[in-house]
Amino acid sequence: MTTTNTPAAFPATSLEAPRSGRIDPKYLRSKTSSGSFEMAAWVFMRFSGIALVVLIFVHLWVNLMSGGGIAQIDFGFVAGKWANPVWQFWDLVMLWLAMLHGANGMRTIINDYAEKDSTRLWLKTILVLGAAIIVVLGTLVIFTFEPCMLDAAGEQLPRAVCPS
Amino acid sequence: MSTTTEAAEPASTVDLPESTGGGITTFDITLKVRRYIPEFSDEARWDEWTITMQGTDRVLDALHKVKWELDGSLSFRRSCAHGVCGSDAMRINGRNRLACKTLLKDLDTSQPITVEPIKGLPVEKDLIVDMEPFFQSYREIMPFMIANSPAPSAERYQSPEDRERFDDTTKCILCAACTSSCPVFWTDGQYFGPAAIVNAHRFIFDSRDDAGDMRLEVLNDKEGVWRCRTTFNCTDACPRGIEVTKAIQEVKTAILTRAA
Repeated sequence: MTTTNTPAAFPATSLEAPRSGRIDPKYLRSKTSSGSFEMAAWVFMRFSGIALVVLIFVHLWVNLMSGGGIAQIDFGFVAGKWANPVWQFWDLVMLWLAMLHGANGMRTIINDYAEKDSTRLWLKTILVLGAAIIVVLGTLVIFTFEPCMLDAAGEQLPRAVCPS
Repeated sequence: MSTTTEAAEPASTVDLPESTGGGITTFDITLKVRRYIPEFSDEARWDEWTITMQGTDRVLDALHKVKWELDGSLSFRRSCAHGVCGSDAMRINGRNRLACKTLLKDLDTSQPITVEPIKGLPVEKDLIVDMEPFFQSYREIMPFMIANSPAPSAERYQSPEDRERFDDTTKCILCAACTSSCPVFWTDGQYFGPAAIVNAHRFIFDSRDDAGDMRLEVLNDKEGVWRCRTTFNCTDACPRGIEVTKAIQEVKTAILTRAA
């Protein structure tokens, strides 16, 4: 008498996806894979958070505590800071990190609290538009900042910093 | 045939004085249960019963008393009634617990004791919810050992240290108290939920298992571990004392170190 053995298959290679077929479709998780975006977003939040603590507290110290204190802040003070490429870079990084960090946090909140996909889509569209406008506008201001502001008549505006 | 009558034995070999009544105190409680009976109404309502219970009774005993003596239509799940099967997770006084492990005397008996079905899963009747979405996520993380090496003639050996690595998450009884306490799960039920991640953790960190990467990939989904907000509701809710949030964080770390 002979016995025939069916070839053994490795379980790991012959596994059926657990949700194939026999599952009520209403319970299926939507299968739009996001790659590792959620992981990247999670890591970004941690690192940008640490960076922002440094960026924001140095920003607050320089603006409000050092030198003349709160009283020193005027158009000229900002103009003076932005004449220095270090502060341009500092404020640019702070703007981008803060906006991305905040917008990603809002995205998370929308994901957690919006119950319908259509509501999510709308809220996220508004969020992305808002964040994009602020980032672009802020970046433009930092790089195209004009310290010597003239009014329509060609007169120097009060507190404007013009080379004399 | 002898017809000698023997002296009746005492009821107990230990004689208790009448006055103690076994040392068990009784008290009245008001049990307030969230009722939903789809045959009669689409609206859920609260039913209240005032019943006399004993100091050794649990919430499950109170539910039994109602079902067996007062209102047979009250529906709830329970199987072992001793905190092992995980059938009777419910929201008692706003917290997810097992009715069979919650002593009435530990609750505030001066107030009505509220009992509701666990949240986030579709209610079918009274305290019975549809557990299918919960088990769906559980199936998806492949809760069984997958070893690529051929089975040895005896058992697969494991050092006590390797066994200790995932000991905490072996304690899960799949009662859904954690998943149904998670605010992220409440919103749309798409999140895998703590229980699925705990059971994935049990195999990911098992030295005998070879499919850890597959499970990490499953949990790297946009509804996977990254939706965890570490609110610790799951750790508070777990009737087995599993450090659920810690397990989720360990899975996150495992995904990160694998990707790096």
